[in-house]
Amino acid sequence: MTMLEIENLHATAGDAEILKGIDLTIRPGEIHAIMGPNGSGKSTLAGVLSGRAAFEVTKGSILYQGKNLQELDPEQRAREGIFLAFQYPVEIPGVTNNYFLKASLNAIRTHRGEEELDAMDFLSVVKEKMKIVEMPKDLMGRSINEGFSGGEKKRNEVLQMLLLEPKLMVLDETDSGLDIDALRVVATGVNHLRSPERSMLVITHYQRLLDYIVPDVVHVLSEGRIVRSGGRELALELEEKGYGWIEEAGA
Amino acid sequence: MSETIEKLADREYEYGFVTDIEEERIPKGLSEEIVRIISAKKDEPEWLLKWRLKAFERFQQMREDGHCPDWAKLSYPEIDFQDMYYYAAPKPKKQLESLDEVDPELLATYEKLGIPLQEQKRLAGVAVDAVFDSVSVATTYKGELEKQGILFGSFSEAVKNHPELVRKYLGSVVPYSDNFFAALNSAVFSDGSFAYIPKGVRCPMELSTYFRINAQETGQFERTLIIAEESSYVSYLEGCTAPMRDENQLHAAVVELVALDDAEIKYSTVQNWYPGDKDGKGGIYNFVTKRGACRGKRSKISWTQVETGSAITWKYPGCILQGDDSVGEFYSVALTNNRQQADTGTKMIHIGKNTKSTIISKGISAGHGQQSYRGLVRIGPKAHGARNYSQCDSLLLGDQCGAHTFPYLEVKNASSTLEHEATTSKIGEDQLFYCRQRGISEEDAISMIVNGFCKEVLRELPMEFAVEAQALLGVSLEGSVG
Amino acid sequence: MKDALQSAQARFLAQATERIPPPAFVELRREATAAFTDRGLPTMKQEEWRHTNIAHLAGIEWAALHEPLAPPRSAIEDVATPIFACGLEVFIDGHHHPELHGSPGASEVETLGSTPAPPALLGRLADAKAHPFVALNGALACDGARVRVHGDDPRAVHLVFAQGSEDAASHPRVVIDAERGSRGTIILDHVSLAGARHFANSVVEVEIAEEASLDLVILQRAGGTSFHVGHVAGRVERNGRLRTHTISLGGRFVRNDLEVVLAGEGAECTMNGLYLGLGEGLIDNHTWVDHAVPHCTSRELYKGVLTGSARGVFRGRVVVRPDAQKSEATQSNPNLLLSDGAEIDTKPQLEIYANDVKCSHGAAIGRLDPESLFYLRSRGIGEDEARGLLTRGFAAEVLSALPEPSLAEAMSAVFLEKLEATGQRT
Repeated sequence: MTMLEIENLHATAGDAEILKGIDLTIRPGEIHAIMGPNGSGKSTLAGVLSGRAAFEVTKGSILYQGKNLQELDPEQRAREGIFLAFQYPVEIPGVTNNYFLKASLNAIRTHRGEEELDAMDFLSVVKEKMKIVEMPKDLMGRSINEGFSGGEKKRNEVLQMLLLEPKLMVLDETDSGLDIDALRVVATGVNHLRSPERSMLVITHYQRLLDYIVPDVVHVLSEGRIVRSGGRELALELEEKGYGWIEEAGA
Repeated sequence: MSETIEKLADREYEYGFVTDIEEERIPKGLSEEIVRIISAKKDEPEWLLKWRLKAFERFQQMREDGHCPDWAKLSYPEIDFQDMYYYAAPKPKKQLESLDEVDPELLATYEKLGIPLQEQKRLAGVAVDAVFDSVSVATTYKGELEKQGILFGSFSEAVKNHPELVRKYLGSVVPYSDNFFAALNSAVFSDGSFAYIPKGVRCPMELSTYFRINAQETGQFERTLIIAEESSYVSYLEGCTAPMRDENQLHAAVVELVALDDAEIKYSTVQNWYPGDKDGKGGIYNFVTKRGACRGKRSKISWTQVETGSAITWKYPGCILQGDDSVGEFYSVALTNNRQQADTGTKMIHIGKNTKSTIISKGISAGHGQQSYRGLVRIGPKAHGARNYSQCDSLLLGDQCGAHTFPYLEVKNASSTLEHEATTSKIGEDQLFYCRQRGISEEDAISMIVNGFCKEVLRELPMEFAVEAQALLGVSLEGSVG
Repeated sequence: MKDALQSAQARFLAQATERIPPPAFVELRREATAAFTDRGLPTMKQEEWRHTNIAHLAGIEWAALHEPLAPPRSAIEDVATPIFACGLEVFIDGHHHPELHGSPGASEVETLGSTPAPPALLGRLADAKAHPFVALNGALACDGARVRVHGDDPRAVHLVFAQGSEDAASHPRVVIDAERGSRGTIILDHVSLAGARHFANSVVEVEIAEEASLDLVILQRAGGTSFHVGHVAGRVERNGRLRTHTISLGGRFVRNDLEVVLAGEGAECTMNGLYLGLGEGLIDNHTWVDHAVPHCTSRELYKGVLTGSARGVFRGRVVVRPDAQKSEATQSNPNLLLSDGAEIDTKPQLEIYANDVKCSHGAAIGRLDPESLFYLRSRGIGEDEARGLLTRGFAAEVLSALPEPSLAEAMSAVFLEKLEATGQRT
């Protein structure tokens, strides 16, 4: 079974049509990168996959592991194994990471028919994952993303990913605002999850991230359509020639 | 999101049952005669009757002058003070020798409310005074407390057994002339709780009063007086519930606290009077005057309130910071949904040197709820080095509700520092989406965010109450305190 | 007190019937006189006047001058520096002095005392029924200006309201139309020629049309014996921007009311204020922003410095109407109390009836930070100078936002001069 099958996807935000016919198939174990200039529809695609209310699918279909994704609420998608690493992780004052992550993990475990973890087991699992992304020890007692640096927020996203062990990971510009060291830590975390059962959709503006998370396929998104697909070398070509070239080619 | 909020707002009121018990009532209405009857019922000394009558006269005067307070941002029909009963009490079968002789109906009522009174079942570490309509029906752990010289029980008993204390402090913090509802209460109060902590004693358990309105067309007018002598400490909690009825019932209480040198009083309230139904029918009108006097040096009074009930809430628990270096605190969470209205806040009056006050107020409005924070911070000319910090945040759930902030900051001393901050926002769609993307249901996510919003206040509550308060706020309990 | 107010009311009303007003004011006077007869002067029982006692003001027998002084232009230049010569108009004790006028800029200035018909905006925004002093102004105004801002003119219109005679009262009226897409700056400058005791009661009505942007500067620097009541009523249409700068430096009694309705989506309003209370003076600022429609923004920063036994009052209301979603409002009122006798009553208020909003307010009251003082002193700066420096630094946030750098500089100098003249910086 394919992991994700998108056919002729059209989506709008308000009155504006952003996605204008996307076709994309991702099989288990594959890593796909989506590149494109600002405004090409990259984040809209991430939003549509995770079920953001701001976007409306007007045409086409999305099948996730054979299920029609559009029928699922955001939390159902999450429980089914879709994980969105947010471009701008949200701050929630007063709610600790500990409480939040446990609630999240147990909601997903319950859905999978697994037993909920108690506080002790949970903590030992988290501690191990925290090491991978080099999170400070006091993290669990702090409010979600509140007062975090940009790098800490992104690492916190990857920590959640490690903990929840999703099947399809959507990384929305996870590299933005990261210095090279932070980028390396984030990539290490992500690569931990590479496996034949898992797939990833890596959305990025720069090919830099793809040096660390090496994709199987690279797609170029322009004005709401995939205008080119290719191997790893396509990213390098883009880096060299810029997006102007691809836009002309696509037109 | 709005559906979930409606669901949260529509939860059934859990304490809306009525206890079928024979009660005696005095005739309906308010008059000097009624005041005399109440006083006679209690077998009160002459001085107290005189005090009541003065209060009544004052109330009548205020009523004529149209002094029913109208500055609050509340709208409700005029209260007909003649159309209610001022005294209702379960008929005692005989003189009670022990708790086991309390009417089983009453015991069952309190058990249902989660406050078992019987020796073998009672809550560990919490002494409870149970007030049912106009009278106190039982007090637990009295004997144990007395061994340390702590007096705790009904107000009526205190008048009988410790008249010198009552006479000395009654009306000393909230004089009967203080305001319209305080005058009314002073005239017709029927019972309430009294606590006295002697010098140097740290009260070993939580003292608590559970107020229950049961009888129809009856107002509850209780009076609480707590005195903490030098270097003593007490933590006191009160809870309140009432049956679901279509009529509005009046609750007008007065609470007076006195803290002497180095004493500390922590006063917590979980107010869950019947809020009325979805359309605003019925519910308690809650007009309460609560004030603490930090008379002594380095004394401290801390108010924590979780206000989720009542159709109308009008209360401003305050501190008069007389003693040098005394401290006043006010922590409040108020939730208004459906047609509930709340105008609540605090008064911090800085008189002594280096006095300090902190105000943390969290308001949540849902449905058609309207809520105002109204707080006065006054720093007098002699309050050198006084400091205040206030933070008032409002969270809006839904598009029909309102949140308002009215701080009054009056400073007459240049060496003082005062800071007030307020914010109003709605639950962020992005916050909700973030939680849902991690597999957490919308309802849980709202609870989680509301809980996080209130955290600074909830953690001030004693553990026993924190649990109840969180349940009231529709939040799950685990891991959220601390 | 009531008697004093009533006799003051009677005196003012008598003045209203003394002479027939210029044509532009006939209708306004009729309506406003009725409102003033009806309401009279405010008492402290009224919420809006809770902290402000007008007994002193009402106790003085203010004269209405009909034959004003004619000082030379240099006298004006001495007190109203820097002079913005383009669009300069001078009013002395309420009367326009055409001989002192500067060269015209792109904005048109018309004097209301000599215009044949009332401009449409006159009496439309400032509510005489709700505000006693607006009623009083309407009843007694006999001159003022109407400014039409059109196009994009970087040159400021400078209207100087000078007080010359002892115990004279004036009631100037200003009407401002910022026309669609225009940009402009208007300075209303209240000064005193001789340091005489006087009373100025001004009303300004300002309408910002779609896409227009206006800086409105109101300077009150008429000295320690001045009584000043000023009312500004503004309305901002779609994508319009109004920035007000209300600078009150001293005065015996100062009361400023500023009311702005954000009436079109995307409208913005920035309200800056600085008040310096000196001696026994009272400075009271009441502001009100009404978010009537969605997607509007208001920002308010009022800073107060109080010395001697001066009293400050601040009351700022922000109202967000039920449909005004996506409103953003901030309000801040920091105050410095520099002496033991100084007092401040502040009451910032948020009334929010819409749910999708971001609103915040804050107020702070304190003295100069001892640590900062110590830091400066440890670097060799004398204590007095250090205090002056820190106080000026406190005020700078408001002054530096003034639209003309030369004005910011001049006001900063006046601020410091007035502060130093008190000689008391505890």
